[in-house]
Amino acid sequence: MCLAIPAEVIAIDGDNAVVSLDGVKKEISLALLEDVVVGDYVLLHVGYALSRISPEEAKKTLALFAEAGLLESRS
Amino acid sequence: MKYVDEFRDQQQARAIAAAIAREARPERHYRLMEFCGGHTHAIFRYGVQDLMPANVEFVHGPGCPVCVLPIGRIDEAMQLVEKHGVILCTYGDMMRVPAGNRRSLMQARADGADIRMVYSTQDALKIARDNPNQQVVFFAIGFETTTPPTAVAIKQAQAEGLQNFSVFCNHVLTPAALGALLNAEQPVAVDAFLGPSHVSTVIGSRPYEQFAEHYGKPIVIAGFEPLDVMQSALMAIRMLNEGRCEVENEYSRAVSRDGNTKAQALVNEVFELRDSFEWRGLGLIPDSALKIRQEFVGFDAEKRFPVHAQPVTDIKGCECPAILRGQKKPLECKLFGTVCTPENPMGSCMVSSEGACAAYWSYGRFRNVPGDDQA
Amino acid sequence: MNLNIKTGKVEMSHGSGGRAMAKLINELFIKHLDNPLLRQGNDGACFEVAAGRMVLSTDGHVISPLFFPGGDIGSLAVHGTVNDVAMSGARPLYLAAGFILEEGFALADLERIIISMANAAEAAGVSVACGDTKVVEQGKGDGVFITTTGVGVVPEGVNISGDKAQPGDAILISGSMGDHGVAILSKRENLTFETTIESDSAALNGLIAEMVTAVPTIHCLRDPTRGGLATTLNELAGQSGVGMQLDEAAILVKPQVAAACELLGLDPLYIANEGKLIAICPQDEAEKLLAIMRDHPLGKEAAIIGQVSADKHHLVQMQTRFGGQRVVDWLAGEQLPRIC
Repeated sequence: MCLAIPAEVIAIDGDNAVVSLDGVKKEISLALLEDVVVGDYVLLHVGYALSRISPEEAKKTLALFAEAGLLESRS
Repeated sequence: MKYVDEFRDQQQARAIAAAIAREARPERHYRLMEFCGGHTHAIFRYGVQDLMPANVEFVHGPGCPVCVLPIGRIDEAMQLVEKHGVILCTYGDMMRVPAGNRRSLMQARADGADIRMVYSTQDALKIARDNPNQQVVFFAIGFETTTPPTAVAIKQAQAEGLQNFSVFCNHVLTPAALGALLNAEQPVAVDAFLGPSHVSTVIGSRPYEQFAEHYGKPIVIAGFEPLDVMQSALMAIRMLNEGRCEVENEYSRAVSRDGNTKAQALVNEVFELRDSFEWRGLGLIPDSALKIRQEFVGFDAEKRFPVHAQPVTDIKGCECPAILRGQKKPLECKLFGTVCTPENPMGSCMVSSEGACAAYWSYGRFRNVPGDDQA
Repeated sequence: MNLNIKTGKVEMSHGSGGRAMAKLINELFIKHLDNPLLRQGNDGACFEVAAGRMVLSTDGHVISPLFFPGGDIGSLAVHGTVNDVAMSGARPLYLAAGFILEEGFALADLERIIISMANAAEAAGVSVACGDTKVVEQGKGDGVFITTTGVGVVPEGVNISGDKAQPGDAILISGSMGDHGVAILSKRENLTFETTIESDSAALNGLIAEMVTAVPTIHCLRDPTRGGLATTLNELAGQSGVGMQLDEAAILVKPQVAAACELLGLDPLYIANEGKLIAICPQDEAEKLLAIMRDHPLGKEAAIIGQVSADKHHLVQMQTRFGGQRVVDWLAGEQLPRIC
């Protein structure tokens, strides 16, 4: 459940980070993740980064969407 | 917004809708349960059901932690403030839920109770630091997405030696709820599940595999955006057509099979299973909720401040329990739209922003307005 | 001896009608809001009016924080009431301003607010003709509360009212939605986020004058303040006994406003605006009205966002950006940030 939003990490200070969502900046906690670097996109939920977003998987998913429109019926 | 806008694209939506229309077999009726209240909200807010063919139906599940919390627990939270004089910190979602005597935390605050809305457990810790002479209790609710932040707060409070901070723990578990739905005497009549997005980033996709196998229902872990929901519906339909009962992960950009192991370890360190916990609508479910471990007992509000609320029964006629179990739709509740509205909610399904009734009322009311002649 | 504006504070004596109060009024209010009526110093301001219809409107301002990006309670108090008067198509003339000051409030801040009011009034072409000052004990007020009442004159042939929307009418807005509310939220202590969004607080009477001159058959005008666009449209639908159909893609929301709303789980359609208006006019005048609005600095991003329909349930409905349909309901209570 739970509203979580992807945001870009723009600064890191130990377990804390500043993320930017289209220019809106917020201080959040990285206590639930490891090895986050500036430039990563993380899922933000109640002030904590829960997970990194994988750019490769995102691309694959978008490609799947596009594919859905092109394939012939295969039922 | 990156990783958001491209997953809300209208052109893609039409393309996936066409694929669904093509692949959904006309002689079948597909009932897909979106477990998560956030998905219910998204479906209604974007009007996703308008893009689905008539024989594909969304059934709303119990994944709304506000909806499934027995209101007696809110009364207990109120006792913490009114009897024990604590500062109660709570997420916004809980403020308007009507509890015993139909009184909400918001009304208690208007009566003078020190109840503060917070966005994060970090805010609650700050309030504790800023008010060293007062006890501060954090009202913890939520499924597995929201539990790790509570664990972090408790560990931090311990490390800082905070004497005046504790947690009133109501964290619940998704697989247990899923099991209760499938195990029930009248098991929920759905063909497949759309699994929660963000719970799954924490617990991974593995915990769902036993359900797919044992109960023969395909499960698709669905992302949070409307295109994710549609693609997941398509994947579920394909599995049903092919007779496969597996777990597929549509939200692969954020969910892995193992999940967030660091978060899981933190949760295991601080919490343990309660023997059973009462869920609104689903009854008593064993091993379905968490309590704070003995090592952190100093931060357990239930141990520090004994509270006991009378069990509160739902209002007569309120169908929240059946709606939470996916057995009835909001329109089938006699109170819906007549006595029960967001301004005057009878049950939490109407007041929680992702309760099925609230979503239906706020976004989808025009579909079957009471009193209209059906076209 | 003059008031110590730099470091002085409001005291109870400033409200008791004596010499201290007279000093406060002279050295702060009259000094900055200066105009012939105010200088007369009477209990009431007496002025001539053109024959015809007049409009009277009042607004209480309790905003917190008092100073925010893009404005303060002073300019807001002027803009709010000027706009309310202008929404009937009237030309605003005079304002009355009542101040309730809290004991201990910094005189320097009070001066800032009054100067801001004076500037806003001058820019809007109105004057603060009379006022009142009271002081309450410390703890009984939030710094300062301001009530402004405005009076204006409606030109001949103009009949703008919330109950005049007709099925088929076009619905227009004058610019982006949600700016003011997000600017205020960003300053609330417990929602720490940073944005460069500023309040859109502005006086719209100049824009409205041009709109009404070009299209005197405008049916409704209203500013979507508390409760946002959604609430105001629902009000109008109810008053006029009609329904509405909107196109989400046509409603402009600045990227930072959208982002802040996503972060908090809020819907920009329900967030307050203080410098925007909704106009409902006959369909065949819509393009002309749009062009007039876009020509004015406060309407550069105006857009046609939907149409009025016949609907006995008075529902405001919207085609989402995604292609589906949804109801845009009244706001139920306060919009609260959510986790789920």
